[in-house]
Amino acid sequence: MAAILETRDLCLSFGKLRAVDSVSLSVEEGALTSVIGPNGAGKTTFFNLLSGHYRPDKGAVLLKGQDITGLPPYVLVKMGMGRSFQITNIFPELTVLLNVCVALTASTGKSYDCLHGLRSSARTVSEAVSIIESVGLGPYVDYKGSTLSHGDRKLLEFALVLAIKPSIMLLDEPTAGMNQEETNNTVRLVREISREKGITVILTEHDIDLVFSISDRIAVLNQGRLIALGTPGEIRSNEAVKKAYLGEDA
Amino acid sequence: MKDRSASFVRRLLPFLAAGALVVYPLALPRFYSSLAIEIFIMALFALSFNLMFGYAGMLSFGHAVFYGIGAYTAALVLKHAAESMALAIACSMAVSFVAALVIGFICVRFTRTYFIMLTVAFGELVYVIGHRLVGVTGGDDGLVGIPIPQISLPGLPVIDLSNMRVYYYFSLVIVAAAAVVLRIIVKSRFGHVLRAIRDSQQRALFLGLNVRRHLLLCYALAGLFAGLAGALLVPFEGMVSLETLHFSTSGNPIIVSILGGTQFFLGPVVGAAIFILVKDTVQNVAEFWMLWMGIILVATVMFLPGGVVGFVARFKPFRSAAGIAKKEE
Repeated sequence: MAAILETRDLCLSFGKLRAVDSVSLSVEEGALTSVIGPNGAGKTTFFNLLSGHYRPDKGAVLLKGQDITGLPPYVLVKMGMGRSFQITNIFPELTVLLNVCVALTASTGKSYDCLHGLRSSARTVSEAVSIIESVGLGPYVDYKGSTLSHGDRKLLEFALVLAIKPSIMLLDEPTAGMNQEETNNTVRLVREISREKGITVILTEHDIDLVFSISDRIAVLNQGRLIALGTPGEIRSNEAVKKAYLGEDA
Repeated sequence: MKDRSASFVRRLLPFLAAGALVVYPLALPRFYSSLAIEIFIMALFALSFNLMFGYAGMLSFGHAVFYGIGAYTAALVLKHAAESMALAIACSMAVSFVAALVIGFICVRFTRTYFIMLTVAFGELVYVIGHRLVGVTGGDDGLVGIPIPQISLPGLPVIDLSNMRVYYYFSLVIVAAAAVVLRIIVKSRFGHVLRAIRDSQQRALFLGLNVRRHLLLCYALAGLFAGLAGALLVPFEGMVSLETLHFSTSGNPIIVSILGGTQFFLGPVVGAAIFILVKDTVQNVAEFWMLWMGIILVATVMFLPGGVVGFVARFKPFRSAAGIAKKEE
């Protein structure tokens, strides 16, 4: 399988802290890759570098073989990169339907249309509804984003990202703050996105059992460095990973 | 039965309002026409401001820049180029739009406090330039002796804009037309994208929206309609003063929008009516009308957080009438 996303020697420091330190990683197309590591390992910073939120001090990010280092996020989205945030990020004052309609409009490039309403295109609306139903928010189509529960907001953010039809999805702690049922739902959804839609998924997650059960590949970060990369089986038996998680720093 | 009468009121309301607006200047002394014109102009100025503030979340403390530029442009066209109101209006809108594009290009790069401070800075900058460019703006004296144009359309009697009752209808038509256009914008895809950006710039950016460019277009459109409001001021007052560019003028649409309700399309219109009526009433009986306006504003913010329209919309028969622009839909 070919690499869809690749980082070469990626570095970013905040003052003296090397948040991401020479990370070279390649992600296979269609695979589900998890990025794990202890708190403060640099997972979110790494995500922010991949998605164009931060610009690296050094190194490069390649998407489908193209150098995308330093490109603004909205350009990366056009190239197929979608992401969700650790702290759920939706449009709280818009209804669920309009949230997704805005996302669809963004990807059709009609966002400057001053004359026609969001719902003027029946196709957009029916597409939005089917995306909303696919994440299980069907009953809440006309609810305002701000009235949804925490778990449902996460699902809505999923729907937003799906609406831009990404070929690669970065999910920053997709199950954070969810109860067991919501977590199970989300896991099912992530599996479906990965297996059925063939979307490449990269996610960070605290729940290690969950990571080992759904990932094709696992990357382990510690203190900004990539200390291991491999299948769940390989990672489970990796000495460096054990050390990092047990806190026995060399 | 009750529901029926409610829907009847609802359907009748726009016609009653339109009828009242037509009869109003004929039924009342001329002074009331000029009072209404003041309200129309303020309403349009505030509607343009609220496109930025209510829908895109940009709080500008320098919106008078485009109002003033519109007024000066119209005055200069009428004085030096041609006594044509159509040309004056077109030029005002174009110049204000371009000015807003230039200033907005810098402002939209920043958010929150930094955005606000930049709008303040540009407001002051343009005011000082206006003050110094005596040859163009007349400086402290303002521009005076501006000819008030007539409009002659084939097959119609000449429309004399210096007649206050005539100007009432003229400004009513222009402001109503502008409001319709603004309403279409607010209801459009672009309008909803602006609301999304207001709610979360980051989420919008990571859905592939060029946030800055959308905000810039919004800022420029707000400038364009503020320029139109400024142009309408010229034949009404027969002069343009530096006050149109002043910081305090920038404060008016903010007060007006909050009074009426920023999350309702017609909020700024209702706010403008209250603002002008309070000003006029208080000025007749007491000094320091702004003091009273301030008290009303504080009370509104404390007790009617949705503005006056937000308050009225709580009552059923009025809901859909006020809802001409509830955030959703």
